[in-house]
Amino acid sequence: MCRLALKSADTPFSPYEVLTAMEAMQEGYDGSGLGLLLRGVEFEEFKLKPHHVVLSGIAHTEAAFHRLTDWMGGQGFQVKYAHEFDRKPGLIEAKDRFNYLVRVYRMPEAWAHLTTDEIDDRLLQARLAIRRDGDAHGGDITVFSLYRDAVMIKEVGWPLEVGNALGLQDGRIKARVVMAQGRQNTNYGINLYACHPFFIQGIATMTNGENTAFVPIKEWLLGKNIPGYLGYHSDSETFTHILHYITKKLKLPLELYKHVITPLKTEELDVHPNGDFLKGLRTACRRLIIDGPNAVIATLPDETSMLVMDQKKMRPATVGGRPGAWAIASEMCGVDALVPDRDPSLDFQPMREHTVIIPPERKELIVWSQFDQFTLPQAA
Amino acid sequence: MVSVRSVYTSPSSLTYHDLPWIIHHREDRCTLCGRCTSVCPVGAISLAYQRQRMPKLDILQKKRGNEYRHFTGIRQHTVVEKRCIGCGMCAAVCPNEAIGPQANTNENRSSFLLNQKGDSYKRGGRRNATGKTVLDRISFGRISMLTDPALDAGRHEFNTNTILGRVLSPEEFLRRRAAGEWIPPTREIFPFVIGSMSFGALSPNMWLGLLQGVAYCNEVLGIPVVMATGEGGCPPWVLKSPFLKYIILQIASGYFGWDEIIRAIPEMQCDPAAIEIKYGQGAKPGDGGLLMWFKVSKLIARLRGVPEGVDLPSPPVHQTLYSIEESVMKMIQTMSMAFGFRVPVYPKISGSTSAKAVLNNLVRNPYAGGLLIDGIDGGTGAAYNVSMEATGHPIASNLRECYLDLVRQGRENEIPLFAAGGVGKNGNVTQNGMALIMLGASGVHIGKYIMQSAAGCLGNEMGRCNVCNVGICPKGITSQNEKLFRRLDPDDVAQRVVDTFMSIRTEMKKIMAPLGRSQSLPIGMSDALGVDDQAIADRLQIDYIC
Repeated sequence: MCRLALKSADTPFSPYEVLTAMEAMQEGYDGSGLGLLLRGVEFEEFKLKPHHVVLSGIAHTEAAFHRLTDWMGGQGFQVKYAHEFDRKPGLIEAKDRFNYLVRVYRMPEAWAHLTTDEIDDRLLQARLAIRRDGDAHGGDITVFSLYRDAVMIKEVGWPLEVGNALGLQDGRIKARVVMAQGRQNTNYGINLYACHPFFIQGIATMTNGENTAFVPIKEWLLGKNIPGYLGYHSDSETFTHILHYITKKLKLPLELYKHVITPLKTEELDVHPNGDFLKGLRTACRRLIIDGPNAVIATLPDETSMLVMDQKKMRPATVGGRPGAWAIASEMCGVDALVPDRDPSLDFQPMREHTVIIPPERKELIVWSQFDQFTLPQAA
Repeated sequence: MVSVRSVYTSPSSLTYHDLPWIIHHREDRCTLCGRCTSVCPVGAISLAYQRQRMPKLDILQKKRGNEYRHFTGIRQHTVVEKRCIGCGMCAAVCPNEAIGPQANTNENRSSFLLNQKGDSYKRGGRRNATGKTVLDRISFGRISMLTDPALDAGRHEFNTNTILGRVLSPEEFLRRRAAGEWIPPTREIFPFVIGSMSFGALSPNMWLGLLQGVAYCNEVLGIPVVMATGEGGCPPWVLKSPFLKYIILQIASGYFGWDEIIRAIPEMQCDPAAIEIKYGQGAKPGDGGLLMWFKVSKLIARLRGVPEGVDLPSPPVHQTLYSIEESVMKMIQTMSMAFGFRVPVYPKISGSTSAKAVLNNLVRNPYAGGLLIDGIDGGTGAAYNVSMEATGHPIASNLRECYLDLVRQGRENEIPLFAAGGVGKNGNVTQNGMALIMLGASGVHIGKYIMQSAAGCLGNEMGRCNVCNVGICPKGITSQNEKLFRRLDPDDVAQRVVDTFMSIRTEMKKIMAPLGRSQSLPIGMSDALGVDDQAIADRLQIDYIC
């Protein structure tokens, strides 16, 4: 069982703020890993532009670092900014961390005529190529993301100590949306790729809990042969790929994510205004039904944040905040620590049927119920 | 005295010690009521006068002599046709616990002599293989008790149902939905299906009891149990009743009963659950159905459109079948069309190393609603002993291979695989079924288990009873003789069907809860499985545990 914290605010803030807030929930993680995802990123020393992409990862050796930078150059990526963390290496357990990569590139000029979807596919291919290259060289490169306006940091250790080790408190890097996960290692080995959040083409999710339907879902996703559906060092990686599949591949509205992973019962669908469609969808997507206790927190490229629970609501995630600043955390004390100046009586704990959305405008929360009618522009 | 040399022994002579079952009779308890001899389905025993000599020596008179005691005892016949079948009905009716069969632990000499009158040994029942099956050895080891809050089998809600019928890929579903095109029919059913047993094989009371029980499960308990007919159709009143939706109609190579079915289509109130095309049966691959003349009663003859009292052997293959491609084209499509493309149609094949070839053909056919694979441990009402004992393929590895083949193609959700053949053979029906489900089956068919659990079938893995083929079923389950089947009360059968399915549902929850599964049937959740044999583990690609 891990601890999750997400903050979304109009004013960019330091990810260190989220790490401090996570200390409130510290009995829930064991120092086996920290994952951070930043969107709406602002560097003190550099201004991100829409045609920039950020590469996040770790080059474990100097040779790997040079091989990577050469390869990126060869692909036509022009490096515009390389963020150097103010590192205190003594605080990190692992010694093979030559460079924490947060490198801003200008996309290859040859891509100028491509559509956004085509660019997303190219970026994914590039990230996978880097990952394969690292794997082929004894794992000397770990790559987390290569995308517009997204920075990811993952490291083994106590979350706040990792923050200190990377000097995150200095405010040189800020963001409007930060997702953080403190990992409680349970079933699987400690592996940087197993740290949440997971990322594919701008979609990121993190989860606390256990997806007990992991193996059948993984087998089905692998069978689709969709680029990027690989890894699965953690059972929670399936949540990211399902969200990607629903929204990017099937191009279904976001409301349907919940309908796919935790569909309503037949008796409930019998009286649902979209029941006929939903029954068919449930059958067609039957292998994507999740199980076990889970709170899934997701963010999208437009800075939308989302929270859904497992069907039995066996996780206590809470969302709270005020116009301009909202927080989602696996524990109520986490929300308290993230947005203290809010009215706690308005905090919301989603039930089994709810999808909670923090829209990019951050004026108010949107709560969808699975029992509500929805419109399907294309498929209805 | 007769001299020993003149005692006649033929090649087929047997003593009662050579028979598979030996009657033990206690004269001191016997009241000579004669119930045992009259109930014995094969006439294996009779009351007989016997004489016992008591030597007498009078020493004072220096005389030797004999005294004779006459008594009425039980004699066990030793001719092959009348050998004791071990059913134990004599024990069941005896008021004084004076009689009963015991399995002969000696070598069974009678098995060499069962091929009388130029015919091989035929029987009903199952492969006689005792001991734990592979399925019995599988345990569910991935317990989510501490890593996450466990589910409560008694209080939480569980979805234990499965889907029967062709499922489209999500992309294709959305495309067809948007274009208003045909979407293949599916049924949400309970994953334990009452396997195909024909109306001719079962007695009317058994059939009625099963149907009553199934209707109660559906309409009162909300357990969507369906049952399959074997070959030979279905009584007309059922075809025109609202209960038809709980019935999978089977079409097999003799096409028996289909005149009635086709004629009833215009008057059907609802569609059947599915259509099963039987190409093979696990207990007797390569053999068609065999309804022996003893069982072709007036009603059965009418349903099947044949004269009374004739043997009804179905051909081993469908006469229209030239190749699998053609079969898929012709039969699946024809049956789909007959029911307006509203009913799933799927083939049933016997477990075989060639099952994957069939499966791959079905994957490419948009009308195929699933595949049922029936393993060697399946039962049958009548077959040659050699077919039952030695022909076929165990279900576990066959099913697993087919499932993993679908996984490689990313099609495991599209063609539901159903498994049969020995599920619950040793009584562990839910454990066996769930093991198969986690190996990749969408559900299982149970036949023998239902006969044993719901009707008290006496058969076991030691060749006990196994006379389903000749219409003398002592419990009245597989007989068309009213004197026999009136022993079976349909209401009692229905009650037992309900008991059985309620218990299976509870046990499913007891298996799913500790695994942390409640939202959907754990199809293909092979990480939960372990087996205490390295070779089996390797073959099934599951954990070896010890």
